[in-house]
Amino acid sequence: MKIAVCVKRTPDSESRFKIGSGGAAIDETGIKFDMDDFASYAVEVGLQINEKQGPGETVVLAVGPDAVQETLRKAMSMGADRAVQLRTDSTPFDGMAVARALAAELKAGGFDLILFGKHAFDTGAGIVGTAVAAILDLPCVTAASQLEIAGGKGSARRELEGAGELVEFPLPAVVTIDEGIARPRYPSLKGIMAAKKKPLETKPAQLGAVRVQAKAMALPPERPAGRIIGQGAAAVPELVKLLQNEAKVL
Amino acid sequence: MPNVLVFAETRGAELRKVALEAVTAGRAFVDAAGGGEVHALVAAPSGGAAAAALGKHGADLVLACEHAGFARFAREATAATLAARATSGYRAVFIPFSANGRDLAPRVAAKLDAPLVSDVTSVAQSGDAIVAKHPGFANKVIIEYAAAGPLVVVSLRPSAFTPAESPKAGRVESFAPVADPGAERIVVKGVQEGATGKIDLGEAPVIVSGGRGLKSAENFKLVEDLAAAFGNAAVGATRAVTDDGWRPHADQIGQTGRQVSPQLYVAVGISGAIQHLAGMRTARTIVAINKDPEAPIFKVADYGIVGDAFEIVPALTAAVRDARKRH
Amino acid sequence: MQDFFGIDAQLSEEERAVRDSIRRFVDERVLPIIGDHYVQGKFPKEIIPEMAELGVFGANLPEEYGCAGLNNVAYGLIMQELERGDSGVRSFASVQGALAMYPIFAFGSEGQKRHWLPKMATGEIIGCFGLTEPDFGSNPGGMITMAKEQKDGSWILNGSKMWITNGSTAQIAIVWAKTNGDPEEKSIRGFVVPSATKGFTARDQKGKLSLRASDTSELVFSDVHLPPDALLPESGGLKSPLMCLTQARYGISWGVIGAAMACFEEALSYAKNRVMFGRPIGGFQIQQDRLADMLTEIVKAQLVSLHLGRMKDEGTYTPQQVSLAKRNNVNMATDIARECRRLLGAVGILAEYGAMRHMANLESVYTYEGTHDVHSLVLGQALTGLNAFK
Repeated sequence: MKIAVCVKRTPDSESRFKIGSGGAAIDETGIKFDMDDFASYAVEVGLQINEKQGPGETVVLAVGPDAVQETLRKAMSMGADRAVQLRTDSTPFDGMAVARALAAELKAGGFDLILFGKHAFDTGAGIVGTAVAAILDLPCVTAASQLEIAGGKGSARRELEGAGELVEFPLPAVVTIDEGIARPRYPSLKGIMAAKKKPLETKPAQLGAVRVQAKAMALPPERPAGRIIGQGAAAVPELVKLLQNEAKVL
Repeated sequence: MPNVLVFAETRGAELRKVALEAVTAGRAFVDAAGGGEVHALVAAPSGGAAAAALGKHGADLVLACEHAGFARFAREATAATLAARATSGYRAVFIPFSANGRDLAPRVAAKLDAPLVSDVTSVAQSGDAIVAKHPGFANKVIIEYAAAGPLVVVSLRPSAFTPAESPKAGRVESFAPVADPGAERIVVKGVQEGATGKIDLGEAPVIVSGGRGLKSAENFKLVEDLAAAFGNAAVGATRAVTDDGWRPHADQIGQTGRQVSPQLYVAVGISGAIQHLAGMRTARTIVAINKDPEAPIFKVADYGIVGDAFEIVPALTAAVRDARKRH
Repeated sequence: MQDFFGIDAQLSEEERAVRDSIRRFVDERVLPIIGDHYVQGKFPKEIIPEMAELGVFGANLPEEYGCAGLNNVAYGLIMQELERGDSGVRSFASVQGALAMYPIFAFGSEGQKRHWLPKMATGEIIGCFGLTEPDFGSNPGGMITMAKEQKDGSWILNGSKMWITNGSTAQIAIVWAKTNGDPEEKSIRGFVVPSATKGFTARDQKGKLSLRASDTSELVFSDVHLPPDALLPESGGLKSPLMCLTQARYGISWGVIGAAMACFEEALSYAKNRVMFGRPIGGFQIQQDRLADMLTEIVKAQLVSLHLGRMKDEGTYTPQQVSLAKRNNVNMATDIARECRRLLGAVGILAEYGAMRHMANLESVYTYEGTHDVHSLVLGQALTGLNAFK
């Protein structure tokens, strides 16, 4: 099958963040970046489908500055066949603009399946995949925690709050991938070496009008310090009193 | 005088809490901008029951799109219908950032060629722009977005806006969907209810959560009993115990699981790893029970009890049951 | 561990990708099980297929033999990340790559290379390196294992080797023996000995308090009959096994940096969280001074190995330079492990924490592949021209 997977380069989710001097971005000093977790699940799913279904092609795409090339190479070292960078000066916060750029590139690609992570760690927005599907007028399944592709059709389990929706859909389609579906493989050392020789194409991103900007960033207000009110079961009456009278949650 | 179109999400015919949150947010937005109307769109098998509640929470107009096909989530028809209505005279479209809302919002924004700002905890007009705050980077950095354009789609973080009554006319206008909900390309074959039971983590005012400190899957009974004692509580879990299969994945609270904002979060036998805190640190009140006084959870907990969970939790369960009886 | 001195920027994108891949593997697959395996005295055999699949074995050997074909800095980073997990795990990889695959690559015929190397890269065939004997450790040139050539070109091997990592799991042993009764070092040749050959026995050495998550064995050869093609034809003299040791020692100089990093990170985290006398112990001057020293030593060791790796890739490095790196880096790592164990206080004696396990392991690393003192004499001889070995 011809599968496209769109990936994003995001900061390591374990990082401690500081705000940069302009007050509108994080301070990137010392922050490690890597492929977003959900994007890596999507890459794994795409690779597994093509492994199961026989010969096919897995193409990875990313919108961003040249730093995203490392992320695209990582996807290729996992096994993707080629990569496309839609180049921008910086990673836009406007999800709809990113979707327009990707949709323009994907439109003529003849893909059977286009995969995205359900959202990315930094923005948590979950916009791009579904918006690309809408622009290309393709069926779209979001937050798939299970996915099967057979005979030109797909079936998936979509994660709702605490429940699962079972759906079937025709191909070509867009699916955004939730966690729990697959463990991304480690790039093998041979894969890392092979990725150096795989094609990585760079083109300017056609974002259209960028209408959403991050005006300011700030660290969340510190929670006021709490306290340990006691030891063992003996502290329970005091806790109940505080929950009733002070916190007013009981 | 801006008008806001709100998507009032239902589950079948029943209005969801996030719908009332969205209407409340819409009301606050237009009032802060000097007045305007809030119109709530309901896509349900029948819209009548919802209208009263929507009006009570600030909807001037309830656009009831009634069709049997909306008994299940008809995402394409719903998005098409919402977008079609939104083209006339609205400043913004508010959609809950629920699982289905997340599915709808980008579709609507694409159809309208409008910008979309997601998962916001506040939204207001500021000059020509709409500004909104979003806790990004797994709740570690608050991002303030500015969206330009005459029409902006905004999705609202569940539990960030507290439903408030502000009674308006809430008159009902019925209309037909612009696309047939029965002709969805995504066909729903069924819905598997979560093992968690009735109350969803995203809606529960109280969450009692357990971690590795409970030592075994069987001991989660303690947590379930405490949740039952509260009456309106859901049971959550850390990644460690869901990875080990003690609790279903759907119960996982954390950076890569559910992010929750209850009134009260009780963490039992949870050390407080950063990725777990990212999922619950916005809870209004946090209680921690752990035998290790150095556990990081105590740094975020408002109230902490150090000691053996197997002694403390049953005592707390009895005390909570008692306290609620007396109310 | 934070990149305090900007060393990451000196690595290429591939080198970082390699390091990150192995790091993740160790975090997810080795760290959760290694404490238990160490206590039980078992090598975690279940990770062998995954290590092979990643391409860890013989990673710096050419692709045409089924290997990853990485440069030597990437190879070093692999060793660093493996030993961040455990010295026993890294020893397994060192032996397989530098001491079993490398001799075949360096001294074997094309046929031998094509026969053995691809299967060793996939982990299907595990090898070990038989040089050290019960009475000949620092002085391998004195070995008494003998191989006697027969009229038909076959060999009869007799003798024993000791302290052989992977000895009991290996399918083949690269055995170094003097030939045809000649007691001189120049008669030493290398042989590929399948462990299934009649007369070959391997027995694990018991009672180890170091390198417990590793198989360390005695090998005994009792009239082991080897076909002519068991001989590694390009091998000759003590130089041959020493060349293999140089490969392994290079990797070790990187590996111990990983052990030191693991101990340092653990201790630093503990120091920031452990409260005593009302504040974290990391806020007291004695601890800060120690942490500063540890960081400095780690950075110095990284720069030594990185420069050495670049020279190795250029083909300009010398065994004496490798001695400097192995000696310095192992020494600093043993000191750091011990200091970290002390910083952890009481919990530092538990297997739940890495410090004491690393500390104990590093004693073996200090002693094997040329003891610290042997490398002192290598450098001494290089500096003065005077042989202080005898």
